[in-house]
Amino acid sequence: MMLSVSVRQRIRDFSLQSLMYLAVLLVSAVFVWLLADLVQGGMAHLSWAFLTESPRDAGRAGGIASILVSTLLILLIALAAAVPLAWATAVLLAEFVPIDSRFGSAVRFSLYVLAGVPSIVFGLFGNAFFSIYLGLGFSILSGGLTLACMLLPILTSTAEAGMRTVPDTYRLSAAALGMTRTTALIHLIFPAAAPVLAAGLLIGIGRALAETAALLFTSGYVDRMPGSLLDSGRALALHIFDLSMNVPGGDMPAYAAALVLVSLLLGINSLAMAFAHGLQRRCILT
Amino acid sequence: MNGDHDAFTLGPLETGPACCVPQPAVQVRNLSLCYDGKTALDTITLDIYKGCITALIGPSGCGKTSFLSAINRLTDLIPRCSVTGRILIGGQDIHHPRCDIQALRRRVGMVFQKPVPFPLSIRRNLSLPLNEHGVTRKNEAAGIIERVLHDVGLWDEVHDRLDAPALSLSGGQQQRLCIARALALNPEILLMDEPCSALDPIASGVVEDLICRLQGRYTIVIVTHNLAQARRIANYAAFFWVRERAGQLVEFGRCQHIFESPRHELTAAYVNGNRG
Repeated sequence: MMLSVSVRQRIRDFSLQSLMYLAVLLVSAVFVWLLADLVQGGMAHLSWAFLTESPRDAGRAGGIASILVSTLLILLIALAAAVPLAWATAVLLAEFVPIDSRFGSAVRFSLYVLAGVPSIVFGLFGNAFFSIYLGLGFSILSGGLTLACMLLPILTSTAEAGMRTVPDTYRLSAAALGMTRTTALIHLIFPAAAPVLAAGLLIGIGRALAETAALLFTSGYVDRMPGSLLDSGRALALHIFDLSMNVPGGDMPAYAAALVLVSLLLGINSLAMAFAHGLQRRCILT
Repeated sequence: MNGDHDAFTLGPLETGPACCVPQPAVQVRNLSLCYDGKTALDTITLDIYKGCITALIGPSGCGKTSFLSAINRLTDLIPRCSVTGRILIGGQDIHHPRCDIQALRRRVGMVFQKPVPFPLSIRRNLSLPLNEHGVTRKNEAAGIIERVLHDVGLWDEVHDRLDAPALSLSGGQQQRLCIARALALNPEILLMDEPCSALDPIASGVVEDLICRLQGRYTIVIVTHNLAQARRIANYAAFFWVRERAGQLVEFGRCQHIFESPRHELTAAYVNGNRG
């Protein structure tokens, strides 16, 4: 009797383990398949010239230089607008408002909702507000500002979480030494939370790079090299969408552009993970 | 316990007269403290004498730490904590609306139970609070840093690695660094919340010797659960007891009297180890 129970337990153990391994295998297989497909399809078209030339013939020929520049400009505007707002909000939530206060909960709730809004809705809002109401038109500026709205929740919540990981004893000790909250914030709390802030920033950059729908109606899809921030500019993800959906014969450059985008995202995510890992080992700042 | 830490010299006794002349540095009058409406400390009236070591003893939860944090108004940082009554330091009411809280905390230094060195270099740990209080010239700061590290007996151990992370020091060294950091601001009063309880016996002995050497130069208020330690180092002792969840001061007097001829039977039971 004892033996049969133990055999049954071992079979149960074994099948559960196998199921888990199968799940892990499937998850990684999706990633590997996607990557292999991209490399196989895009590698042939990828070259130095592809990265340094502007697209011709609706993207069938030429490269993605102007697209990369537009993407970078949109990203910079998004970060310049979102980072100060998000980090200031996070400082307020983590340092100045009691964790169970109504005001803090209301702000956090609105950020959760904002995080769940589909990006196409952001696109429509950006079009209505930045492009039409503020008269910025289809421009890199309105695209960047729309992206900034999308990045606010992720940047704020990571920064708040990062500052909450800093032990309260630092705040008490700093106060007991007659240091002001601002000094403690600048010299102790921000440096101690820096790895998390950086990781959040990188995740945000990843999001912004991959965004398509929010930019469709805001930064537009003119593929020329942008002359100013008020010019329309096509983001990389949008370029891939346009090549594969609207341009017959655009498959090869679409593959190559997707490979570039995914490589960028991979690099950024690895960096983010390295930062998060650095935090776990509680890097000592000198 | 003394070992080679006996060797350092202290400066002249600048602050306060010798401790046998009782002259109040802190006057606590009818101090009550509530957390969330619940009384944690019930109408405490007490004088803390200049240049002396006053030990606060009593069982856990009797409000000794709350009492200590009320003296430098660290209680302000605790949400829903309210303080009534008066605390006078050098005759000035610390709850006066025009009391400069940064200046107050410079006059009243504090050392916590667990050493809290900032995740910075040893030097920066000391220079950051100095810069905050207007000591910005490098030479001046360096002089103060050397003096206080000598005072706590750390100079010989760390003078060649001042730029090393403070977290690389041992527990006892970290606690002495925290004491040095408090001393760097040249306080009149030093509040110590069980400064030895997180340390091993050797490190604890070193810190205890250090506290004895600071006697006379600073007014020290120390919370301790170690009655033998209180007896060894303190000039005065205040015995707290908890009644209906509120801390009360049962007896205050010269350390010798509290331990040898207490007036209150609770005190006698506690110091003899029968209660608590």
